[in-house]
Amino acid sequence: MELLIVLLVTLLMLALVIGAGAFFVSRRSVDQASETLIEQPPAETEVLEPEVEVLEPEVVEPEVIEPEVIEELVRPRFRDRLGKARSTLSGYVGSVLSRSEITQASYEELEEALILADLGIGSTQEVLDAVRTRVNSEKLTTSEELMESLKSELVNRLGDVPPLNKSGEGPSIFLIVGVNGVGKTTTIGKLGHRLGGEGNTIVMAAGDTFRAAAAEQLETWAQRCGATMIRGSEGGDPSSVIFDAVEAAGARDADYVLADTAGRLHTKSNLMDELSKVRRVADRGAGSVVEVLLVIDATTGQNGLIQARQFAEATDVTGVVLTKLDGSAKGGIVFAIVSELDLPVKLVGLGEAAVDLVDFDPEEFVSALFDA
Amino acid sequence: MFESLTDRFEGIFGRLRGKGRLSEADVDEVLREIRLALLEADVNLSVVKSLQTRIRERAVGDQLSQALNPALQVRKIVLEELTDTLGGETLRVTYSSKPPTVVLMAGLQGSGKTTNSAKLARWFRSQGRNPMLVGADLQRPAAVAQLRTLAEQIDVPVFSADDDVVSSGAGDPVEVARAAREEARRLGRDVLICDTAGRLAVDADMMAQVRRISTELEPDYTFLVVDAMTGQDAVNVAESFHETLGLDGVILTKLDGDARGGAAISVKEVVGRPIAFVSTGEKLEEFDLFHPDRLAGRILGEGDIATLIEKAEEAFEADQAEEAAARLAEGTFSLDDFLDQMQTIKKMGPLSGLMGMMPGMPKEIRDVEIEDSHIARIEGIIHSMTPAERADPDLLDNSRRIRVAKGSGTAQTEVSQLVSQFKQMRQMMQQMGKSPKRKKRKSKKAKKGGRVTPKGGAKVKKESFQLPTREEMEAQIPDAMKPGGGGLPGLG
Repeated sequence: MELLIVLLVTLLMLALVIGAGAFFVSRRSVDQASETLIEQPPAETEVLEPEVEVLEPEVVEPEVIEPEVIEELVRPRFRDRLGKARSTLSGYVGSVLSRSEITQASYEELEEALILADLGIGSTQEVLDAVRTRVNSEKLTTSEELMESLKSELVNRLGDVPPLNKSGEGPSIFLIVGVNGVGKTTTIGKLGHRLGGEGNTIVMAAGDTFRAAAAEQLETWAQRCGATMIRGSEGGDPSSVIFDAVEAAGARDADYVLADTAGRLHTKSNLMDELSKVRRVADRGAGSVVEVLLVIDATTGQNGLIQARQFAEATDVTGVVLTKLDGSAKGGIVFAIVSELDLPVKLVGLGEAAVDLVDFDPEEFVSALFDA
Repeated sequence: MFESLTDRFEGIFGRLRGKGRLSEADVDEVLREIRLALLEADVNLSVVKSLQTRIRERAVGDQLSQALNPALQVRKIVLEELTDTLGGETLRVTYSSKPPTVVLMAGLQGSGKTTNSAKLARWFRSQGRNPMLVGADLQRPAAVAQLRTLAEQIDVPVFSADDDVVSSGAGDPVEVARAAREEARRLGRDVLICDTAGRLAVDADMMAQVRRISTELEPDYTFLVVDAMTGQDAVNVAESFHETLGLDGVILTKLDGDARGGAAISVKEVVGRPIAFVSTGEKLEEFDLFHPDRLAGRILGEGDIATLIEKAEEAFEADQAEEAAARLAEGTFSLDDFLDQMQTIKKMGPLSGLMGMMPGMPKEIRDVEIEDSHIARIEGIIHSMTPAERADPDLLDNSRRIRVAKGSGTAQTEVSQLVSQFKQMRQMMQQMGKSPKRKKRKSKKAKKGGRVTPKGGAKVKKESFQLPTREEMEAQIPDAMKPGGGGLPGLG
């Protein structure tokens, strides 16, 4: 007991003392960071050059081009890749459809299906309330009509999908953020493949300086899609790596900078501050940050919404990339993310191949989940 | 949005407080709230349903209606059911009589297999074993490089295919596994931990591959690595992996976030195997055996006092802590003592993590991110004081503060802040320490009695700490109205 009190005291004291101090310190370092950046004329780019290792693979090798052509033919479809996800829901859907009319049991079954799809209680209730209202006001009676109004409500909730942004002049910078293990580096690899295939020059920034061998992983992708990669030292400052990449992209007139960042849990405020800084610094260089893409793993449950909220607060997320949709996970958390935070889902990962990152299509997504 | 079950309970119980007994309708309402809370914590729907049934059976039984406080009783039932579902016991690792003891790691992409292979290796080392890691993830670019880097930090050898084979992406992990076994025998390594590529449970080819690795290695332990943030799908994943590999346990990762980890309950229920280890941070040492009762508390949104006490017991010397506590109660706690305690606490791991485990902490304090550099500043300030100043901070007038600030390279305001906060806290603690002496003695005895056997001990501790807290919380409102009631709420 004594122990606990001492502990509590010291901790409390530390928290109080440091709480005030930390605010002070972090405020100051932020101010300093922005000051130095403001002072720095945008033209001074070569200064940082020596620290940076620029990896320039030769122009795309023939082997790389070949599979591209073949892969293009097997561009995945939602329906095929979400087969496993659909199969867990089809029992409910089938049961609803087997009834000749709409009953309370139909709603209960739909509720279970939506919960199993990870929509979460809140979104599930909202969706069902909307469906119920519509069924009543339009005097719908058949189970088919019920399913149709459910699907159209779900599609509506996902909103429009704006295309990926591009900056007017200078390189377009994409910042890829998310918690650990959602597939940020892989997403960059696939995005590079896709944008490169459209004839763009790409610079990749190995901004994950924390995880062991993250840069090596990105390097493999950069070589595969003929992108230039800029990396710093392991444990180095991600902001400076990304800034250097932007400057390098500006110098060689590249179209896109795809910046990787270290996975971080949204609860670590120091890491989230670091991310805010990364974004500010990336914007000061030759290009501008046009997309901050939050990568969410389709298996993520209700924590996904909190993640999205925190990341959006720290970095002004512009869109969501939903990965790993080719398993049995349904990714229903995006419904809550879209409607609560008004963040569009822009891309989805439907498989491991480079072409498996495709534009999000709400209608295809919903029908792939709920059509028998 | 993410109200904890505690909050939900308070809402219902506020209305039920006057009632001597719960009607069936009351129980139903409570169960509905429990369902919502569990679903929000990502417990699988079917598992929620069966939990609900079990809780209901116990809650409408007559034991409840006779209870002094039915609301608290329900809460206790829920906690017990959750703990039971999570599996009563902590895994006991046994070693193969014919070394090496082989551990196979499997899981989805991004669940944390590679990092946790290294963490597990570190854990085995701390148990006095000589582990070897096997890099059998030849799929993800640089996975083997990642494993090698991590292994270097803990000084454990890694076996994998030749570098050119690894980078070609065409190596055969089954081949690697076979060779690794030989290598471990040759080097006399007694534990072999095999990292594998992340795979979707629905990918038949990849599942067949991991099965071949398993057949080759004949692992003593096969662990499924599961992300604490996983949603409803955790059940399907666990089922498939269990079918293919026959799991022995689960490693639950990324518990350092604010995910409730309901997936753990689901997996446990479906697979019927214990959660063996949990990973609670990015550092390699933030990894330990799993204690079911603690996660149950977390899913309900309570603190993790048991872990906290365990860590404290490891770090603190009993008599030293008691002395400090005595000085604290007398009001003679000095900055030197503070420094000592701070050093000790630092041994317990990151401070922000400790904060999160403490029940009843205001969110503002819990969310404070405490970094080593901040602590170093405080240490610097205190070290720049004379022994007399440390013993009696009142000595620190303006000119002394300027000196201390210069000496420690900090601002004078920082010094002043530290001194004034310290004095405030010391005064507060002195006042708190005065009244409830008797109460403290009692719970101390309970704790000491429980310490003889570690397993039973955890239970005693939990009850002596968590239940009073709840009662106190329940009692808080009436107490606040009566003057002089109080005591030490939140410290209990």
